[in-house]
Amino acid sequence: MENKTYDVIIIGSGPAGLTAALYTTRANLKTLVIAGVKWGGQLMLTTLVENYPGFPEGIDGPVLMENMKKQAERFGTEILYQDFTQGNFDPPAGGPFKVSTTDGKTYEGRSVIIATGADTKWLKVPGEDKLIGRGVSSCAPCDAPFFKRKNVVVVGGGDSAMEEALVLIKFASSITLVHRREEFRASEIMQDRVKKNPKIKILFNTEVKEVLGENNVTGVRLFNNKTNKESEMKVDGVFVAIGHIPNSQKFQGIDIDGGGFIKVQNHTKTNIEGVFVAGDVHDAEYKQAVTAAGFGSAAALEAERWLENR
Amino acid sequence: MADVNFKDSDFEAEVLKSEVPVVVDFWAQWCAPCRIVSPIIEELAKDYEGKVKVGKLNVDENPQVSQTYNVMSIPSIIIFKEGQPVKILIGAQAKENFKRAIDEVLSS
Repeated sequence: MENKTYDVIIIGSGPAGLTAALYTTRANLKTLVIAGVKWGGQLMLTTLVENYPGFPEGIDGPVLMENMKKQAERFGTEILYQDFTQGNFDPPAGGPFKVSTTDGKTYEGRSVIIATGADTKWLKVPGEDKLIGRGVSSCAPCDAPFFKRKNVVVVGGGDSAMEEALVLIKFASSITLVHRREEFRASEIMQDRVKKNPKIKILFNTEVKEVLGENNVTGVRLFNNKTNKESEMKVDGVFVAIGHIPNSQKFQGIDIDGGGFIKVQNHTKTNIEGVFVAGDVHDAEYKQAVTAAGFGSAAALEAERWLENR
Repeated sequence: MADVNFKDSDFEAEVLKSEVPVVVDFWAQWCAPCRIVSPIIEELAKDYEGKVKVGKLNVDENPQVSQTYNVMSIPSIIIFKEGQPVKILIGAQAKENFKRAIDEVLSS
């Protein structure tokens, strides 16, 4: 076990976690970020981010995250590229919280900020799981070039589904956006871009019931929930963008709500004193990079205040 | 350590006919998660020096090999032994996962 105690341990390294680290280190608090192996969060799986203020021409998601990391490190943040495994969030009175990681080490913190964000929600239909990486993907910016002159479907109706479709137009011959509802919930500007693009076809009221194929995706089985009719469509790729699941499962003793989000009080507090929360792991409402960063700074300020008053 | 870069043209000689198992990191310039894996792969090259050959393969420049092994998502790390792909790991993951896979191949 490491025999030093941190003032703050931050679990997660997306905009919430790294902004929290920026604030805690600038407050002179000894800070460890448990960044995870796949550090950087959801923005690492994007291309151009146009709605993060301060970058009039937009900025690449991965570049933005590398910048946030450098900025946090500049003030002394220690970053650990291991995944969180478990924590003791109910220590004896006054004792430090203990947090363990995949390398088998345990770290002690006087306070904790949970900023683990959310992961891809998969369709959970037959055929999907075994074909991930074989035509099923959740990251068009990562995998789109493998679909040159191929036909793909994108599943979902939010901004991320629109982005996936728009990334794919550079490569695929045809893109079909499949959405189970009657209209998209994506922002107007993203919907417009999709609807104006001749390569993109839209199927509303349609659900994917099965991904077909043995070694590669060869098609999907679709269900129209208005007409109750099933059909098959030949495609080479399935991009899933139906939302995200909060990464809240491993925090024993921390209350979560029915949707799996960590329950938050006064913007930043969990049910346990000294354990704070920030970003998509508690935010069912906004889910933006900039709101996550905002929540991160708020949680850091509250953690600082809490440590001062102990 | 100098970077080892496999190509379509030398894949058979360098990988398939290698005396020792070979770890191939399929990557591309445009792939952000690949940048997460790269430093891990470099560490593995050091850790397993002499026992395993470790190198990268750029999928844009070497489409033949990528197609042969059905690579449709990167990073993909494929371990070859005696000319056969024996382990496939898709997506960025912990160094421990790669080590476990390499150790299994070495002991089999």
